[in-house]
Amino acid sequence: MLSLPLFHTMALAGVLFVLGLIGVLVRRNLIFMLMSIEIMLNAAGLAFVAAGARWGAPDGQIMFLFIVAMAAAEVSVGLALVLQFYHRLKTLDTHAAGTLRG
Amino acid sequence: MEIVFYPVAAVAVIATLMVIVQTNPVHALLYLIVSLLAVALIFYLLGAPFAAALEVILYAGAILVLFVFVIMMLNVGADTIAAEHRLFHTGIWTGPLVLGVVLLAELVYVLMTVDVRTAGGAAVEAKAVAVALFGPYLLGVELASLLLLAGLVGAHHLGRGWNLDRSAGGGA
Repeated sequence: MLSLPLFHTMALAGVLFVLGLIGVLVRRNLIFMLMSIEIMLNAAGLAFVAAGARWGAPDGQIMFLFIVAMAAAEVSVGLALVLQFYHRLKTLDTHAAGTLRG
Repeated sequence: MEIVFYPVAAVAVIATLMVIVQTNPVHALLYLIVSLLAVALIFYLLGAPFAAALEVILYAGAILVLFVFVIMMLNVGADTIAAEHRLFHTGIWTGPLVLGVVLLAELVYVLMTVDVRTAGGAAVEAKAVAVALFGPYLLGVELASLLLLAGLVGAHHLGRGWNLDRSAGGGA
């Protein structure tokens, strides 16, 4: 339906993915790292939907559905871990958890 | 159609960039919601209205509400009122507001000018998605339900431990 080439939507998905990757790499706040992971998952879903729309196949949207289900499961466990992290260390700085206690 | 796509793509990229450079989690969440809505509009433009609806309902509606709850739980304290005064001034919400108005204008334009079912005939409707989802991808649906169950059990386990610990600490 869009007459623009697949490259443009894929480039947008790539830009969003790299922005999320930069967020994971440069931020030290756990909440921001989780948000950046959400950005990356969303960019992957955009790539799937764009490829599915290019060939008129429903498979892209199905993969997007699975990505959304996976993101929901991941973010629920991740946010519960954030609460545990904050309760134990009184901070959201990931460097505070740099030492193992064995 | 390209005249619609590129501004939405710009809104998505700018909002995502603002997410990773913000210092306040709530402001980052606002920009993240704008970014997800922009991606939903792109899904609609690509002829995937079902995925667009899911993006709004599940991503911007459900998953980000989890973030809001957690940020609320982490920010309780005596300085909440002072922080509210500090947060709610004009400079904070103009960015998401401007990007959201751009999105709204494009959405109205798209809904007025384009019919997703007839423009090009390449749209993949929800029916085709459902037929494929409960046909060859049925095993994937079952696995996704198992994954969600595992996420539910894991989140309950971790969250329950947190609550018990806190009430025990408060009692002691």
